Amino acid sequence: MTNSVAAVEYDYEVAKRFTVMTVVWGIVGMAVGVLIAAQLVWPALNFDTPWLSFGRLRPLHTNAVIFAFGGCALMGSSLFVVQRTCQARLFALPLAHFVFWGWQLVIVLAAITLPMGLTSSKEYAELEWPIDILITIVWVSYAIVFFGTIMRRKTPHIYVANWFYGAFIVTVAVLHVINSLAVPVSLGKSYSIYPGAIDAMIQWWYGHNAVGFYLTAGFLGMMYYFVPKQAERPVYSYRLSIVHFWALISVYIWAGPHHLHYTALPDWAQSLGMVMSLILLAPSWGGMINGMMTLSGAWHKLRTDPILRFLVVSLSFYGMSTFEGPMMSIKTVNSLSHYTDWTIGHVHSGALGWVAMISIGMVYHLVPVLFEKKKMHSIPLINLHFWLATIGTVLYIASMWVNGIVQGLMWRAYNADGSLTYSFVESVVASGPGYIIRFIGGGMFLVGMLVMAWNVWQTIGPKARAALNNTDAGAVNTAAEGAA
Amino acid sequence: MSSFWSAWIIGLTVISLVLLCWLLFGTRKIPVDKDKDTTGHVYDGIEEYDNPMPSWWINMFVISIVFGVFYLLFYPGLGNFKGLLNWTSASEWEADVVEAKSKAESFYVAYANTPIPALAEDATAMRVGKRIFSNNCATCHMVDGSGAKGYPNLTDDDWLYGGSPEQIEATLVNGRVAAMPAWESALSVAELDNLTRYVKSLSQPAEAGENAASRAMQGAEQKYLAMCSACHGESGEGNIAFGAPALNDDTWLYGGREVEIRHSIAKGRRGVMPAQAEILGEQKIHLLTAYVYQLSRQ
Repeated sequence: MTNSVAAVEYDYEVAKRFTVMTVVWGIVGMAVGVLIAAQLVWPALNFDTPWLSFGRLRPLHTNAVIFAFGGCALMGSSLFVVQRTCQARLFALPLAHFVFWGWQLVIVLAAITLPMGLTSSKEYAELEWPIDILITIVWVSYAIVFFGTIMRRKTPHIYVANWFYGAFIVTVAVLHVINSLAVPVSLGKSYSIYPGAIDAMIQWWYGHNAVGFYLTAGFLGMMYYFVPKQAERPVYSYRLSIVHFWALISVYIWAGPHHLHYTALPDWAQSLGMVMSLILLAPSWGGMINGMMTLSGAWHKLRTDPILRFLVVSLSFYGMSTFEGPMMSIKTVNSLSHYTDWTIGHVHSGALGWVAMISIGMVYHLVPVLFEKKKMHSIPLINLHFWLATIGTVLYIASMWVNGIVQGLMWRAYNADGSLTYSFVESVVASGPGYIIRFIGGGMFLVGMLVMAWNVWQTIGPKARAALNNTDAGAVNTAAEGAA
Repeated sequence: MSSFWSAWIIGLTVISLVLLCWLLFGTRKIPVDKDKDTTGHVYDGIEEYDNPMPSWWINMFVISIVFGVFYLLFYPGLGNFKGLLNWTSASEWEADVVEAKSKAESFYVAYANTPIPALAEDATAMRVGKRIFSNNCATCHMVDGSGAKGYPNLTDDDWLYGGSPEQIEATLVNGRVAAMPAWESALSVAELDNLTRYVKSLSQPAEAGENAASRAMQGAEQKYLAMCSACHGESGEGNIAFGAPALNDDTWLYGGREVEIRHSIAKGRRGVMPAQAEILGEQKIHLLTAYVYQLSRQ
């Protein structure tokens, strides 16, 4: 804090709105997730209504948690962090407001079109072409605001959090545009320009790097600000952050083919995808090490600070799922795990354990800062949320591991006479108990989010809430350096 | 793929791996400045240490790269280079199929010379027969073999092509194609109606007071004898040589309502049982024959 500027004016309005919407969309997205988890236990819960059927709500769930919840968390935190670490106000403030409202419009359009059954059928890229164009416009605006702010920085270097946020913004733009190229036939229908196996490869190049750059690099950016900030400790190793950053972004981009093992994809592409996925383990763990070791000398804070606990446990889940991922990319393992619930469990150890938990930690850290409060309304409630989220995640992952391995083994079992031992429906019946436990785990996670919503609501207080509804008020906040 | 793209893939892969090693070893050599506690960078109060990278982490990184290099040496991955093992996923699959087939072969060979009636009493053999039936036959003949419209019931001991073990086996091996011609163009509407009623009456007991004249139904009997009896027999007893169903019992392959019988006469029927010789092979058919044989003997 030696060479810091005494006082810099920052624009918090957009970050405030995004942070509040992170909580709102988190609840919406996870509620849909709990509903479809319940549908797998009690199929009657689709009420024989097409709009409530699993096939339409599942993409709504994934889009809502990734792009609405995760997107608001990333955009909000990045537009906060980039200002604070560059000691510069947002570039093109009106454009930043457009990014917020444009992104909310994308989310609302997704929530309308997906239940209607309008889909490009590409996983995590289901939205049809008019919405894809809107996403591109909003995303480019976001990039202009973010990189414009970095150009204005008063610090000599660019902080590591911003490298990760920057890589996330640039790469997601490229991925989204290339994967979404399609020939429109009507307002609600288009066809991908890529044929067959090439389409599949482009899709999973996109899909895997949505994981790599959206859900990993972006949230590592978040980690690199909020972990040292909450722990009040210096980052462990500057050189480690350099090495694992460049290694991560250069290797991740290769790993997509492991989603297409034992398919029509050529053997060479499958092998390369697997090899690069294995090499990805160390770069991924670099982030975990840097985050965890930042806490050395501050471990005692975990006893009293549930926010720090969220951040640390998120890093643990990050380490676990980035170990599990390379293992699952090995062809022989994949032949057992692919198409089973193991994949769903793996995704959620990343999505609940890493992405959601670090975002929750971010919200608890950021809300008092943005709304100029000393701390969150209730620390015991953060603690309650922590246990709900942790136990919920563990129940979710463990039940899906069991289900996945049971399914994989049942599908491949065959009798001495050469026939399959089990029919498919027998593996569904065997998965029943796991689906119930998953529903309970997901439900606990959702209850935790509701606890957070109440806590945030109480922290913000009636005055700030009224101000939030008024676009003009409080557009500029002055914050003394290090006030957080 | 063309040699350009092959070279492109090899080039990109090798350059990436080399750069990765350079990144790792290049930065490791930079000495840690012992005098300075941190790098001196401060961002919003966040400082940075410059601790050396953990050696176990570097080792893990190096091992994964070395593994990758060897993997790409032995397996396809570098463009058109096939790998030293000449492995392909197609050949692995073919080898798996051969292995699975030879395993199953040794199972079936034990039953190959057991006569069908004895096999039908063997519990293990019949459990396997049921699996073969469920996987290959149940789609048409239903799980319990009770059949459906157009697909014969196998549990009623009423056989289109005969129910001896040899006849059942012949049906399975070669399949069957039944050809009931369409008579629409050869019959007037009235004649068709009368013939329909006549065919239906064959399976109904003659009621008291009914005489031959009324059964003749305005020449329908003559039509039947001229057009139908060659296959279905004079009194509708059927003929297993053609798979012509018996019409004098109340078992109807395509339904026994007048409208259904009329449709069969007018439009014809073409029942097809696919040949299984190529699909299942001799040994499985042997077990399956026994299973089908015992279905109607329980």
